[in-house]
Amino acid sequence: MARDTQAALVALNRFGFGARGGASGDLINASSDPRGFVKAELARPNGVLLEAPGLQSTPQLGQAVFAYQDQVKQAREAAKEIASEMAEAKPADKTARPDAMQPNAATPPAAKPSGQPLNVIQKTFRAEALARLQRATLTECGFTERLVAFWSNHFCISAGKGELVRIWAGAFEREAIRPHVLGRFADMLKAVEQHPAMLFFLDNQQSLGPDSRAGQNRKRGLNENLAREIMELHTLGVGGGYTQGDVTSLARIITGWTFAGRKGQLGPPGSFVFNVNAHQPGPQALLGKTYEAAGLAQGEAALADLARHPSTANFIAAKFVRHFVADDPPPALVVRLRDAFVKTDGDLKVMATTLVDSDEAWKAPLTKMRSPYDFLVASGRLLARVPEDPSRYLNGLNLLGQPLWSPPGPNGFPDTNAAWAAPEGIKLRLDIAAQIGARLGNNIDPLDLLEFAAADAASIETRKTIERAESRQQALALLLMSPEMQRR
Amino acid sequence: MIDCVENRLLTSRRGLLLGGASFAAWAYLPKFARAADGRDPRLIVVILRGALDGLSTVAPIGDPDYAGLHGSIALAADGAHPAIMLDSFFALHPAMPEFARMYRDRHAAVIHAVATPYRDRSHFDGQDVLESGYAGPGRVQSGWLNRALEALPRGERVSSGLAVGPTTPLVLRGSAPTVGWAPVALPQADDDTAMRLAELYRHRDPALATALSQGLQLDKAAAGDDMKAKRGNAVAQMRQAGRGAAKLMAADDGPRIAALAFDGWDTHANEGGPVGRLAFLLGGLDGALAEFETGLGDRWRYTVVVIATEFGRTVRINGTDGTDHGTGTIALLAGGAVKGGRVIADWPGLKLANLHDARDLKPTTDLRSVIKGVLQDQFGLSDRVLAETVFPDSAGARPLNGLVA
Repeated sequence: MARDTQAALVALNRFGFGARGGASGDLINASSDPRGFVKAELARPNGVLLEAPGLQSTPQLGQAVFAYQDQVKQAREAAKEIASEMAEAKPADKTARPDAMQPNAATPPAAKPSGQPLNVIQKTFRAEALARLQRATLTECGFTERLVAFWSNHFCISAGKGELVRIWAGAFEREAIRPHVLGRFADMLKAVEQHPAMLFFLDNQQSLGPDSRAGQNRKRGLNENLAREIMELHTLGVGGGYTQGDVTSLARIITGWTFAGRKGQLGPPGSFVFNVNAHQPGPQALLGKTYEAAGLAQGEAALADLARHPSTANFIAAKFVRHFVADDPPPALVVRLRDAFVKTDGDLKVMATTLVDSDEAWKAPLTKMRSPYDFLVASGRLLARVPEDPSRYLNGLNLLGQPLWSPPGPNGFPDTNAAWAAPEGIKLRLDIAAQIGARLGNNIDPLDLLEFAAADAASIETRKTIERAESRQQALALLLMSPEMQRR
Repeated sequence: MIDCVENRLLTSRRGLLLGGASFAAWAYLPKFARAADGRDPRLIVVILRGALDGLSTVAPIGDPDYAGLHGSIALAADGAHPAIMLDSFFALHPAMPEFARMYRDRHAAVIHAVATPYRDRSHFDGQDVLESGYAGPGRVQSGWLNRALEALPRGERVSSGLAVGPTTPLVLRGSAPTVGWAPVALPQADDDTAMRLAELYRHRDPALATALSQGLQLDKAAAGDDMKAKRGNAVAQMRQAGRGAAKLMAADDGPRIAALAFDGWDTHANEGGPVGRLAFLLGGLDGALAEFETGLGDRWRYTVVVIATEFGRTVRINGTDGTDHGTGTIALLAGGAVKGGRVIADWPGLKLANLHDARDLKPTTDLRSVIKGVLQDQFGLSDRVLAETVFPDSAGARPLNGLVA
């Protein structure tokens, strides 16, 4: 069979996480059947799921946070008691170091001594990150993992919101995103909007129907944050045809969507519950349709209609093509994906297949910049290093402006070259590449790696630059920074 | 060993990112900077991303409907944390004593019931309108401050160091060359490696070649500077960004024009009144202003700081002791060049019938008029350039003159 290395680069870089080094044979396999190489992963829907020893469910993790917070509180109270007893015992003791009594005075809050043991939240976040990174490093093409990352960013939460979101960030992706990446959009939407991490991230657990029993008793009411972002960012897109009135209506419709708290009055702590006492009673009009009072089913019906709305199909198709193909997505391809989305009632596997089957996705030049996450994962794959500790990756992502599961806002990380090819970002990538080169360069043959990564599709200039490098270390840094590794 | 260094410094950067501060500046001195009259104007634009609650920052406590509508988070002239009266009607949030002092010294002003021409409530579109200077969203190629720079006579290239943050705010993006700097000092690639890569990019990837050469220049410019990111909370980071910006701008050959962005103003829940979450953020902003003043020294006299946000928040608090996305809000001016000591407002009132969409403070001043007035007084830009190039299709929003002394 004819080999097409250029098409193999599209298969591996545009759709996947790049070729793996070692004995993987990725580039050769991809060049004999580029489309088949990408689509092979779509045939294994269970392969999207992520299970690893020790990873726990959202309610289990919620309970772990509650227990941890109780412990911290008790420890603080115990310390206070001891301190006051000591103060009584030695009222005149001035020899005690004064700074010891004021731990916050000189130590900035983020400056955790590296020797201090990690708490359950930090441990969980790192375990979830490690499982995701290992999967991305080991998987064949990486197309389904790229799809997971795309949808996870589309429906993003941010660990910066607080301890609960931080501990739930990985579970959210495993439970609400992964099962539906090759399934139906409507199912993913429902799973996301009912996930405790999202309800907490966008404040819906605090939102009360003004006329609900809880709203009346507590004199509190609506918070429209989640309702707005559902329409603006998750489904219709801004300009998708909704009004302020629709935002308020949807906010009322999803009042009562919350999760059980530490006391577990509504259900197992940390699990999604519909709290009828917080739900705004009565029918609601949304986008010209009336949704009768039906408790939880009222909101589920509204979400189902939003998933099916023509604006949603447009918005999703354009964003999908922009992510995989070009900052300015080819309009005909967007239309084809939109039609596939509409015709199949949001079958995301069909949409992904339509993209891979298109000509445009294979003909468009590889001009998109790899995001920091893609760059670090692709480097690890090429070097055939399965991470055993997520620290380097997490630090690198922080430095490059894409901290894992912590985007700056509910619109997620940007997805365009303007964001990732900025001067400061490129310089920092070079610094990181130089560090990797310094650490691993003496164990590898840079020209072998170039064969794994691009073979005869590599430019003459890249090849010469690597051949002429003054050291293996420098050669590796230059290879990682070459256009062949940076563009997809 | 390397890991240890990496960790320490990367944690600092993460702190900075969480704090949401970024800073970028113009790469050239404007020609007039050394004009014969000795006036050497400086402009700092601070973007507050997330939509600042103007009614909690400069509270219309003289409006009979304010206290009821802003409910549990309303400011008051009395109590444990009284607001600072600016005149008989408006009061400043108690977390901003530095701004209050500048206001008393007539070097700070408030413009109230102000808004961009954007009337929907998406942060991202709202920020695009605020920063792009276009009348509607969707134009994100360049920002108004960059286009204003382009209209200025270009002087020498700035050679000393520049500024903080991994990305350039849209307001300063565009074809006039700008620079940004991030305070990171991890082990760096050596010059030889960088030059080889630059050469490869020059042949194979011109866009990356440009980006890399700019990145390298900035790094050089900042070398030897002691402005390393210190860990700390958002307040400390705002102060630090202010200090860094001021230090760079105070230099003889430093940039005269800069933009910073602070995140985190989207106070949907538990916003707090005189104390609490918003108070905390306002304290950071106030600290940054103090740092500007101190760091700029003699140059403060000719400086204007403009503080703006994409839109305001609801007049009535929501069900979770916060506020949802609204419309009218405030803009703040500070600096030795400001003709201050006043709250400029065509106050629309907070009666239901006077609210925008029956929920938001009705804007009565176009934010573009405010900014155009500052640009005109500070840099002498013409009406036509302002109405056609800097803020396209904005002839209806006349420059508000007399804001600068």
